[in-house]
Amino acid sequence: MIEMWSGKLTARVALLVIVAVVVQESVISQVSIFGVNADVTPLVVMSIGLLTGSLPGAIVGFFTGLLVDTLLVQTLGITSLLYIAIGYWCGRLRELRDPSHGLVPLVAGAVTTAFAGIGMTVLQFLLGVDSPVSWLLLQQIFISVLVNTLIALPVYALVRRIVTPVLPEDPRRRRRRAYTTGGLSPLSQPSRRLAGQIPRDGDR
Amino acid sequence: MHDKVVRRRRAVLALLVVISVVLLTAYFGKSSSSPLHSIQRGIVAVVSPIQDGASKVLSPFRDISDWVSTTLRAKSENAQLRATNESLTQQNAIYKYELIEFPQLRREIKLDQAIGAASYGQVSASVTSRDSSLWYQQVQVNAGSGRGVQAGDPVIADGALVGKISQVLSGSSSEVVLITDHTVEVAAQAVPKGQGAGGGGTGILEPAIGNNLVLADLPHDATIQPGDLVMTAGFKDPADSAKSGSLYPAAIPIGRVGAFNQNDLINSGQVPVTPLASIRRFTAVQILTRPQATGEEASTR
Repeated sequence: MIEMWSGKLTARVALLVIVAVVVQESVISQVSIFGVNADVTPLVVMSIGLLTGSLPGAIVGFFTGLLVDTLLVQTLGITSLLYIAIGYWCGRLRELRDPSHGLVPLVAGAVTTAFAGIGMTVLQFLLGVDSPVSWLLLQQIFISVLVNTLIALPVYALVRRIVTPVLPEDPRRRRRRAYTTGGLSPLSQPSRRLAGQIPRDGDR
Repeated sequence: MHDKVVRRRRAVLALLVVISVVLLTAYFGKSSSSPLHSIQRGIVAVVSPIQDGASKVLSPFRDISDWVSTTLRAKSENAQLRATNESLTQQNAIYKYELIEFPQLRREIKLDQAIGAASYGQVSASVTSRDSSLWYQQVQVNAGSGRGVQAGDPVIADGALVGKISQVLSGSSSEVVLITDHTVEVAAQAVPKGQGAGGGGTGILEPAIGNNLVLADLPHDATIQPGDLVMTAGFKDPADSAKSGSLYPAAIPIGRVGAFNQNDLINSGQVPVTPLASIRRFTAVQILTRPQATGEEASTR
């Protein structure tokens, strides 16, 4: 979990969320792919959760959902509830597992989209909205999951590019960077070892 | 320290959930004039110009995406539409065929009722082949010896006499020679308007050039006018007056008298006749397999 939220980070995340929601509602929602629309808002919440942790994820999820509900003039709180869960769980995944595999956003994107679609259906059903639960609806949710899965990686990469520069230093992240940049790994300097500049165990 | 963090995290989470539920409860079921609705409308009013701007700015991307998706959809729909088109074309052909056939059948039914075709052992058949040239006046029909068809049987179609069976080809097919063929002659009579049969004069119907007919061998004093109906005479058999000596039963319509000069009638004893039936277009026929029978005989058989 990110302990210290800087003003820069807050501003960037807020701007990112507003732009994402506005673009989603004014542009992406009008583009039909295989008969459905992609929805980048759960992917943005998922990405922020994965990058910043559970508590920031939940807070961003709440405000993103609130903004979506407001702009779509629909019942306030429904999308917030769903996005809180998405942001929180993605953040907990980062905190507990610290997944480093490159395809984690892909799987997380599929799961979050499915959760958002099914959760919205269940909540609407509980609220008594007369929306028939049909095979067509399930088919739409399934295709939405596929489409969102396809765009999950680019969305995550974009969010990471925007958010990472203003994230406070995370010890684990620092450690990984040190390792991957070769500072702590002798394997990253084979030429020096071959030249005898790095002593072997038997030479010590 | 860790417990404190966990507690704080859980507290914030619970707070967010509670706020969401409170918002949901407060919003749901309230009228559109409630404060929450008003706030929502206010925010939308502020943001909508931004949305419009974003929509206009990004419209080229949307158009490209629409174009790609429309093209893909059009390609997938192409095959489907081709199949539908083929199916509809076939259906249309069937309807057109039925449209042509329907008036003919209606006229045939009318004629059947008029002449009592049932008593002549009528057999229904369809035209299976037709010579496309004007020189050969034959068609083939899908009824043959298997249904009692014999050479010489009169054939009616499109509400009038159109020919006779020239030869039976098999159990299920026969050849019909049309009345416009030079080998066919029919004993016929003109029926002046308002008069009974025989009033206008009796003669022999022969083919003329151009799918037309002439009623020849008429008496010079025949009272015939253009437009008069021409029908089969159905001469009686001299040996048995109860039976017809003619190949064709009486009172089957053939055509109408065309325009002519009375001097021609006096000099040559013939008048032009236009067939009632569309000689080169009919598709269904009735073959009278017992043309010599009378109504009473037919009913006892």
